[in-house]
Amino acid sequence: MSTTSQHQSPLETLKMTTPLISALAIEKSYVKGQHKVPVLYGAGLTAQRGEFISVVGQSGSGKSTLLHVMGLLDSPDVGEVLLEGKRIDNLQQSARDQLRNHVFGFIFQFYHLLPELTLLENVMTPLMIRHSFFSYWSKRKEIRQQAMDILQQVGLEHRIKHRPSELSGGEMQRGAIARALIARPEILLADEPTGNLDSSTGGEIMETLTQLNEDNQLTIVMVTHDEAVAQRAHRIVRLAEGRIATVAHEEAA
Amino acid sequence: MYKILLCLRYLRTRYIALASIISVMLGVATMIVVNSVMAGFTNEMRDRIHGFLADVVVESRSMSGIVDSTRQMAIVQDAAGEFIAAMTPTVEVPAMITYSDPVSGERFTQSIQLVGIDPGGKAQVGPLKTYLDSYNAVTDEGEVLRPSLRPADTAPGWELTDHAKKYRKMMKQQQMLFLREEVPLDGLPVPAPEFDGQQAPAADADSDVAPPEFNVASEQALATDDPPVAPPDFNTPLQSSTQARAAADPAAPLNARVFLGEQITSFQTRDPDTGKLHKVNMVNPGDDILITTIQSDTPPEPISFSATVVDMFRSGMSEYDGQLVLMNLEQLQKNRGMILNGEDAITSIQIKLHDYEDSDEVVKRLRAAFPPGAVTVSTWEAKQGLLLSAVEVETAILNVLLFMIIAVAGFGILAIFFMIVVEKTRDIGILKSLGASSKGVMSIFLSYGLGLGVVGSAAGVAIGLLFVHYINEIEDGLSWVTGRKVFDEKIYYFFEIPTQVNPLMVMWVAVGAIAIAVLASVLPARRASRLHPVRALRYE
Repeated sequence: MSTTSQHQSPLETLKMTTPLISALAIEKSYVKGQHKVPVLYGAGLTAQRGEFISVVGQSGSGKSTLLHVMGLLDSPDVGEVLLEGKRIDNLQQSARDQLRNHVFGFIFQFYHLLPELTLLENVMTPLMIRHSFFSYWSKRKEIRQQAMDILQQVGLEHRIKHRPSELSGGEMQRGAIARALIARPEILLADEPTGNLDSSTGGEIMETLTQLNEDNQLTIVMVTHDEAVAQRAHRIVRLAEGRIATVAHEEAA
Repeated sequence: MYKILLCLRYLRTRYIALASIISVMLGVATMIVVNSVMAGFTNEMRDRIHGFLADVVVESRSMSGIVDSTRQMAIVQDAAGEFIAAMTPTVEVPAMITYSDPVSGERFTQSIQLVGIDPGGKAQVGPLKTYLDSYNAVTDEGEVLRPSLRPADTAPGWELTDHAKKYRKMMKQQQMLFLREEVPLDGLPVPAPEFDGQQAPAADADSDVAPPEFNVASEQALATDDPPVAPPDFNTPLQSSTQARAAADPAAPLNARVFLGEQITSFQTRDPDTGKLHKVNMVNPGDDILITTIQSDTPPEPISFSATVVDMFRSGMSEYDGQLVLMNLEQLQKNRGMILNGEDAITSIQIKLHDYEDSDEVVKRLRAAFPPGAVTVSTWEAKQGLLLSAVEVETAILNVLLFMIIAVAGFGILAIFFMIVVEKTRDIGILKSLGASSKGVMSIFLSYGLGLGVVGSAAGVAIGLLFVHYINEIEDGLSWVTGRKVFDEKIYYFFEIPTQVNPLMVMWVAVGAIAIAVLASVLPARRASRLHPVRALRYE
């Protein structure tokens, strides 16, 4: 169904629907040798379907950690993560793996494509993980087609046979986006996606993300320290020293 | 699917891991070659021992033997006939052989084992013709120096070859010529030859017991087909009775005929010009030798008689070739006084079975069939048990040592894999973020180890089998390169290095190597699977 960009006030949204994902009162510390280094002190975040949220803060403020906890890459010491109202942070390892494969998509600052695989194979990786050998083999044509479609969306259909080492930074990041999206996730979690790119390439990436958010109703939670980049989202959440800094919800432009 | 794809990519791109395969490959190849060569040698050895002993042997306790060979063999036939393919009677006694050096005239006496056989029967019970010199061509490194003197399909018997007959005639003529005409150079009296040939009056045909004497033989030129030229002998005559007998037919062979083990009267020398080893034989077919043994009465009296050498044999086992003298059975029985009232006595029966698996059953039955204490019955393996089990132990130890090589290779794989896992830490983080399970990550590396093991084993098997197949060419090459003969056929009694590839052995070696490779990859794989996704992602 076609959508127009929605700019409702989040308060109204909250009243009407269960948020797609919410992290509540997250506390997390890392153990470094003898010491426990706390990172998050009861931070939290809620996102509705189709929202584009930036999480902003200085380095060390715990924003990446919050993202990881939300995406089940890590478990909180205290607190909960809810997916459509259901708790997901305390599930079995296999269930968490499944969720990460089906529901969440990740992109990182350093692209993290597997160097031994071509771009096309990298993009297909989540589906290769999802399917067993035989079901993959029987579906391989569809899967390949899906990959081609996504790559077209991000404008990389001419580079599919290349290894990551032969791609530019922007191409690699777009490749990572394609990989994150092939599994049709509901939520895209992006950790400093433009951090390693120059401003023009970074701008292209943000264009792509915005496009995806608008066209496909893709919920995006993006961590960044760049103010300009953050402004491109619907809403900004500020973190400082492990806590949410402002209560008032800022509306982005 | 991602596991397979990554595993294959890692196999293709990581050459350092291939280095660890090389030790697996070498270990596998070495084990295959060594096992094949040892199996080949062992088999040859077993065959040669077996050849002379037959499957099952019935031996009398006393050297006087058991009486009436026909009856004894009938007992055997009744007891276990359905298992028996052939049997032959023999008489085995310790004895001495006396012969002289054709060049110096010096006399040698050696101890031997004298075995009276019936060649037809012996040939049925085990190989005989292949051992006899007259049936084989003489070769040196593949070149035929003298073709075989008897056609292969002739039954083995006690007749001299034409070659030997010519030689003998020439020898006797020489001796006749020099009779009474020459004084030996060293002044010592040298008795004349005694002729126990076919004489017109049959009176003494049976008794050929004679005072000790000897025959001078000349060195036979083995290299040509022509009758050899004999150098001058040293002979002075004895009494006239001998000359009377000599007049009848001096060149006829004696009643007692023997096959000599070729190591008894020969020695090896190195040709000073070519540096090659070659064998020199002091006694040749056509010559006479003196045998001294004991009669079968109690207490046993010594007895000496001359015998004509009909042939030489070479079994490949120096124990036999340096000890055994085979003689015609009836003559030996006569000389020992083993024939009384038409019944002959024998000291053993050699038996060949249809299927060696039945040997235990046959032994059991035969033991029961004979009066207790009269005979011992054993299989050939029981008789040679010590030697065979020593070889088995040797093989087992070698295998353990060689397998260590592969085990060491396993540690190489372990180290390299650890390194690879560390290198791939971030990628493992990615995979986990994409939803790969810990088990999945672990199985990537386990199958990587499996892949390396399979590739290394396959290459090792291929190299090992090739090496075994071309081992003689390789040996030639090595000899050429180093300038020394690596495998001298004169020492080892084989023309080629014997090998025997056992498919089961090859399979076990390959499987063992693969198992070690997989085991070596377990620890690194577990480490990979346990990496925390976030920490892995942040890994610098």
